[in-house]
Amino acid sequence: MSITRDDALAWIKAVAGVINTNSTYLTQLDAAIGDADHGANMDRGFKAVLNKMPEISDKDIGTIFKTTGMTLISTVGGAGGPLYGTFFLQAGTKTVGKMELSLSDWAEALESALSGVLMRGKAELGDKTMVDALTPAVNALKQAIKDNQPINKALGLSAEAAKAGMEGTIPLVARKGRASYLGERSAGHQDPGATSTYLILNAAAETWKEVA
Amino acid sequence: MKKLINKPEDVVREELEGIAYAHGDLVKVHYDPNFIVRADGPIKGKVGVISGGGSGHEPMHGGFVGMGMLDAACPGAVFTSPTPDQMLEATKAVNGGAGVLHIVKNYTGDIMNFEMAADLARAEGIEVEAVVTDDDVAVKDSLYTAGRRGVGVTVLAEKLCGAAAEQRRSLKDVADVCRKAKNLGRTMGMALTSCTVPHVGKPTFDLPEDQMEIGIGIHGEPGRVRMPLKPVDEIVEMLMEPIISDIPYKSGDEVLLFVNGMGGTPLVELYIIYRKAYEIANKHGLKVVRNLIGPYITSLEMAGTSITLLKMDDDMLKLWDAPVKTPGLRWGV
Repeated sequence: MSITRDDALAWIKAVAGVINTNSTYLTQLDAAIGDADHGANMDRGFKAVLNKMPEISDKDIGTIFKTTGMTLISTVGGAGGPLYGTFFLQAGTKTVGKMELSLSDWAEALESALSGVLMRGKAELGDKTMVDALTPAVNALKQAIKDNQPINKALGLSAEAAKAGMEGTIPLVARKGRASYLGERSAGHQDPGATSTYLILNAAAETWKEVA
Repeated sequence: MKKLINKPEDVVREELEGIAYAHGDLVKVHYDPNFIVRADGPIKGKVGVISGGGSGHEPMHGGFVGMGMLDAACPGAVFTSPTPDQMLEATKAVNGGAGVLHIVKNYTGDIMNFEMAADLARAEGIEVEAVVTDDDVAVKDSLYTAGRRGVGVTVLAEKLCGAAAEQRRSLKDVADVCRKAKNLGRTMGMALTSCTVPHVGKPTFDLPEDQMEIGIGIHGEPGRVRMPLKPVDEIVEMLMEPIISDIPYKSGDEVLLFVNGMGGTPLVELYIIYRKAYEIANKHGLKVVRNLIGPYITSLEMAGTSITLLKMDDDMLKLWDAPVKTPGLRWGV
């Protein structure tokens, strides 16, 4: 089986829902070490993406992801806009013209998304950013492909790895973004960007759990 | 939350509508994407000077659009950097053929959004230079942080660059003025209270009645140290010391002393702060030749202050004294 265009659309809708539900939570995490806007910004962006859905529902997966990326860039602001915008643009570039994705297509798209985020944000693993959730998720996906896991199992492992990466940001001292201004005081708090990345990847695992 | 607003999501839009009604002689407001431009622009042959950032710091940046200062300002959501399409459209709107300078405060989001906008503008054939202000000595500048924040010097740099652009200096020369201000200016801030972002609805952090936060930024982000409140003279010493020790000032250097209010601190207190800061500068042999006192780069209703010292030379003095006519800063006209 594969991830179809309808699955991709369902994932984007699910992401918009889960971001909306967790908007206050993300903003609270950001208030502790940043500037208290991450949840509201992401929610504004994904609401705008939902408004674009009718225009793109008959398009290929690459177009769906790229439109999502462009919409986030022009509506989110902050660091989240360019970073998540780049994430979806890069994933879309890898999936141009595709009406369905194999597990390795998805892994390539996600790896490309990670490279884009690294390039744009110049963060490294361990800097207490979204990279700390995204990198293990990509690695887990690649390992699952090697182990011949079915799609839904692989996505579950990837989301679990993202969750562990997100929780692993708690003791870290931030080296990038606004949280880095706090120095040692940033330790003991979970990174909001790593948290939104986990929510997005977990939404994929949840939405595509019937795709074996 | 007690605020004089209608709905949190309408704050920026309704503020822009107010600015358009109030200052239509000086500025024009564009919506979707949001930006404020000089009413008489674009000016042929003049470098366009643009800045932008989250809303909530008024009068910065929108209040500094006009003759002798900014050609455009891009307001983001409250405390959130604006998006690349805003800066791109503003850059196109003010381009008089001599190129456009982006004055960017050093925050991760601002840098990324301005970089994307500059890439897009260059792709359309507009020459763009960007200078990043990073004057906050409260933040350790190292490979392991995002670097110092851009704060008070940004206001001063906008004034100097605006004046340089009025003289029809080249893009490189206007950018050099900005780089000079960035290199010669330092700031340190503190807060007595937190502030409440409208769409959050409660204070960004708790600061007990008898405590203060030293090394605060302009977004209600916590500073580096929290300690019991002290008399203002001691606080000013704590702010001035790291500024003065950061730049190798010589006795006899001429400086501009900028005492900024964070939004909730009255002028009476700012003058008490100025008094002590002026005396400390004198004690170090620094000659305060110009000043700016008031709420110019604010953090919503936060009570607190920031002090900026900018080492001045003859060219900078002339640029500072040059006429300026904006909603937030006006002299010589």
